[in-house]
This record gives sequence, structure tokens and C-alpha cells, in this order.
Amino acid sequence: MNWSVILGISKTHLLSRKKQSAIAALGVTFGIGTFITLASFMTGLNGLLDGLILNRTPHIRLYNEIAPSEQQPVELLDEFSESFNLVRSVKPKRSLQRIHNALPIMNQLKNDPRVRGVIPQVQSSVHYLAGSIHLNGIVNGTNVLDEVRLFNLNDYIVEGSASSLARNINAIILGAGVADKLSLKIGDRIQIRSSNGAIFPLKIVGLYQSGLADIDNVQSYVNLSTAQRLQGEGKHYITDLNLKLYDIEEAPGMASALSESLDITALDIKTANAQFEAGTDIRNLITYAVSITLLIVAGFGIYNILNMMIYEKMNDIAILKATGFSGNDVKYIFISQAMLIGIIGGALGLLIGSGLAHLIDQVPFEVDALPTLKTFPVNHDPNFYLIGIIFALFATFFAGYLPASKARKIDPVDIIRGQ
Amino acid sequence: MSIEKQYILEARAINKYFTEPVRFHVLKDLNFKVKKGEFVSIMGKSGCGKSTLLYILSTMDTQYEGELYLNGSLVTGKPGKELAYVRNAEIGFVFQFHYLLPEFSVLENVMLPAKKLGLKNTEQIREDAIENLSLLGIEHLATQRASRISGGEKQRVAIARALINEPSIIMGDEPTGNLDSHNSNVVFDILKELCQEKQLSLLVVTHDLDFANKTDRIIEMADGMIINQSLPFSTE
Repeated sequence: MNWSVILGISKTHLLSRKKQSAIAALGVTFGIGTFITLASFMTGLNGLLDGLILNRTPHIRLYNEIAPSEQQPVELLDEFSESFNLVRSVKPKRSLQRIHNALPIMNQLKNDPRVRGVIPQVQSSVHYLAGSIHLNGIVNGTNVLDEVRLFNLNDYIVEGSASSLARNINAIILGAGVADKLSLKIGDRIQIRSSNGAIFPLKIVGLYQSGLADIDNVQSYVNLSTAQRLQGEGKHYITDLNLKLYDIEEAPGMASALSESLDITALDIKTANAQFEAGTDIRNLITYAVSITLLIVAGFGIYNILNMMIYEKMNDIAILKATGFSGNDVKYIFISQAMLIGIIGGALGLLIGSGLAHLIDQVPFEVDALPTLKTFPVNHDPNFYLIGIIFALFATFFAGYLPASKARKIDPVDIIRGQ
Repeated sequence: MSIEKQYILEARAINKYFTEPVRFHVLKDLNFKVKKGEFVSIMGKSGCGKSTLLYILSTMDTQYEGELYLNGSLVTGKPGKELAYVRNAEIGFVFQFHYLLPEFSVLENVMLPAKKLGLKNTEQIREDAIENLSLLGIEHLATQRASRISGGEKQRVAIARALINEPSIIMGDEPTGNLDSHNSNVVFDILKELCQEKQLSLLVVTHDLDFANKTDRIIEMADGMIINQSLPFSTE
């Protein structure tokens, strides 16, 4: 096979019909360009929505759930084991709210290779006091620097910073909703009354806004030791352990194993956000369906133009065959034309797609619910560019293959006789 | 075999049928030979099957019965790829309607079959092509687009292209049929000269009695049969 001759003929054919070749290439460019723009934008938005919940949610949360005992004392007695026992009005058992042996468990989990990080938390319900006004709230005592590292807390601190909380055990990062209601700002002090009645004055070093009003109106962050003091407990008092894993897929299996071995409630992210994941899948499905439709339309454009080209080139095909080019040579001439259109149009499409994606990335987009977001979120994933160019080559190959096979079969005698 | 070797082309018992629209016996048991350096013309009325015969001899049409030998070897029944090689290396074509690739330059048109053959490098092919063009007196057209030159010039370019791979035989389907008498004579003279100087065989289908009379031998056909393989009428 003499490729330089075949490519030379293809090149001349394409260049002698510049307008037609350009239109065919632009079809691919448009398809690939929109695919990349759409995929980048849609997955960017998806990532944002996912992040809104998933980045903030521990992969596994360990805590003690308040629940009635599964076995009532009467069932443990041998005399009644054969009888039908009915206990009415079962009440939950009084149990420790704190996790038993929290610190050893934490150390064990930290050494687990699957675990990226463990954060101990103390959740306590409090009242925010402002004169005679008592506002219900939840204070989350945590290791704030780990929160930043594992759960992107910084993205949700609209004023102040997490590090200034870490430095000061009498400080608080207040929910933005609470701050609004009590008209407080950074540097002010707020009085907090814990559930056992003690009152603590804390300095506001930051404002926290998650974008979900229900949370912003109640939740605040303090250091773990501050929360333990609020409860009047020591450093063994830990109510929650939040785990982040390296692989989110391992969460359900690990959660049930932990729950079994530690006799504790372990809630994994998949169970907690099942409906959320379904939403993500559907949005991804729509993105890919629309993108593939665009690419297929571009493929049909190429097919049409090549088909027409072959009818125009009947004489050329006959003369090439008469002078010694085989059917396969002729086929490769037309396939290579399609592929050239695909390569040039596809490459241009990558450039245009990248340009549009970066342009959208610059468009201002601000909503109250998403404090750190200044422009539209765009996902510049190199995989889209790879998929784009591979699809461009595949689509143009198949779009060219059918007309080219037709050209291969053309009988030169029919053409020459028909003149 | 040694006797057959000196024949460039030999057709044995060629039969051809058309099946569309009804079965029709076009060529009936044709036998003839073309010697090296011989200038043969095929004559006959429209529809007598002479063009059909030429397409079979050119290896483009493979739907026939009988045997076809080129340079002493059987070409009947060879696969398409080998036939393409035979056309490329052994046969040169000149058609009535010129059949150049309109978007390519004259020089590229002439060079293309040699590039396909791939025996020489591009520089040598270019030299050969220019030499052929100057042999036909049209080297000044080399850079012109093939669609921009006149009919007589196109026909000469087609001859230059047919010669590029130094074939054993040149076949023509009414090569002068589309030309005025002046250009017709020019083309004939060129062909005749090639025949004598390069010992090239020529097989030309024509309507033109004047043209045919100047060739070495006329094969006269009627209703799919050869009725006469005589010397030209004028010399009889």
C-alpha cells in the first residue's frame, strides 16, 4: 500500500473543494466543541451539587443512636422462652450518648489503611443568648483543621478563618443565619448556654454558611475541648467519629463491619444519601445522551458530504481503477479523506470546546446559597478531550467507510460505457 | 510456448453475455493475437461489441468466458488486486473522453500511475513524466490544471500518462473520436511513431476508417464476431 500516493490524492480532493471540506470539518468541529463545552459545564455543575452534600458528609459516621433495646429482659428468661411474650409501651434504653472507648477506637481507625482521616466530634444542643432572646442551636465541637483538610470547611466559612478558631479555645465560628438574626459580626462576643445551664461567652472568629438555611440557622463550630467543657465532660467525651475513606465505594461494607464489631451505629454515605446518588446518575446520563446525539449528527453530516462527493467523483474513480489503482486503494482514498476531515475538524473542536469551557468558567455566577462560588463551575477534565477526539475519529471513520466501500465496488466499465 | 511469447496479447475463445435487460450473446467465440510492435485497429458498427471486447482485453471486465493471455501468461481468473497491478504495469489506456483527473495538474496526472507502481522515486518519475510530455510536445502545460487545457491537449496528456510505466501495450477506445481532423492526425502520428520507435503494441477501437486504414492491421467485427482480420483496405 502506497500511502503517500493515496494521501496525496485525498489532499488534492479535499483542497480542490475547500468549501465543502470546510463544511464537513465544521460539522465535526461543532459536534466535538459542543460535546466538550456541554460535558465540562454539566459535570462541573454536577460536581458542585455533589460537593454541596457529599464533600461535607462523612463517608462513615459512628455514633450511639437512641433506640429501644431489641431484646426485652423477659425474653432472656428460660421460663418464658417457650411462651408468647408481649411487652407494651417499650421505651428507649437510657444509654451513654458518648462513644464508649472513643479514643482507642479512633487510634485503631487512624491506622487502618483504607481510612484517610478520622475526626472526633462532640455535638451539643445549646441556646444562643441575646438579652432575653434564647435561640435554639447546635454547637459542633471538632478538630477544625482536620475538618478543613477532609471536609473542605474553608469553602463554607464566608468571613474569618478556621485557623483563628484553632488558635483560640474561647472562640466560635457562628452560623450565618444565627449571626443575621442576632445581628452579630466577627469580633463580637456571644453567650451560649449549654443544656446543663452553664453559660459561656465565646468570641466570634468566623461566619459559616453552608447554603442550606436549616443548617445555617442553628449550627456553629467550636474546638473539641470547648464543646467538652460546654458539656462539663473530660477529653474522653466524644459523641461522633466521622470517617473519610480513600475509596467511597468501600463505605457500606466497612460501616456494617464496624457496626458489628464495635456495637455502635455506623451510618455510611451511600445509605444516608441514596436518593442523591440517583439524581447524579440521571444528570450524568442526560449529559452523555445529549453529547452523543450531537456527535452522531456530526457523523451523519460527514456521511452525506462524502456520499455526494463520491457521486461527483465517479469519473475519477473509474480512471483511477483503469490506470491500476485497486478497489482497496480507492476505498482508502475516501476513508482517508473522511479521517482527515475528522482529525482537522476534531482538533479544531477541541480548541473551540476548550475556549468555550474557559469562557463559561469566567462568567460570573453568584448565589447566596453557595458563598464561595463566584463563576460558573466548569470541570476541565482531560478525559473529555480524549473522548472527543476518539469519537471524532471513530465517527468519521464509519461515516467514510460506507461511501468508501461503495466507491470500492464501482465498476469502471459502467462509468466509461455510460459516457 | 516459444512462439506465443512473441505475442503481446492473445484472446482465445472469448464469449460474453449481457444479462440485462435480457440475456444476449454479445461476443461470440473471438480468437486473435497482437504481435509486439504491431498497430492494430478494431472496427465495426455501433453495438457490434468492439468496446465490450476492449474492456475485456483491458482486464477491467471479468465477466466473460474464454482465456486471455498477456505477455504469454494467463490473466483470466486472477484476483482484482493482481488485475489492477497488470493494468498499472502492462497496459496503458487512452479513452475517447480523455479522462484526466480534473483537479490535478497535467504533470501529476501523468505521474500518478508511476507513483502507484512505486518502482521509481518521485524525482525520477517527475523526470520521466516531463520527458513524455516533451515527446508529445506539451511540456509547457505541465503545471496547468488538467481541467484548463484543450481537448487535443488532454488526449496527448492521456497518451503521456499511458506511457509512463512503459507498458507492453496501449489500448485506445476511440482515442480520436472526440477530436477534429487536425488533432486526430497529430494523435495518430504520435501513436504510430511510438509503435515504430519503442516497439510498442497498439490496439485501438475506432469508427474512423481513415485512421484505421493507416494501421498495420484491421480487425473487423459485426454482431459480436470477427468477420475479417485483414491488412488495411487500402493496401489490399
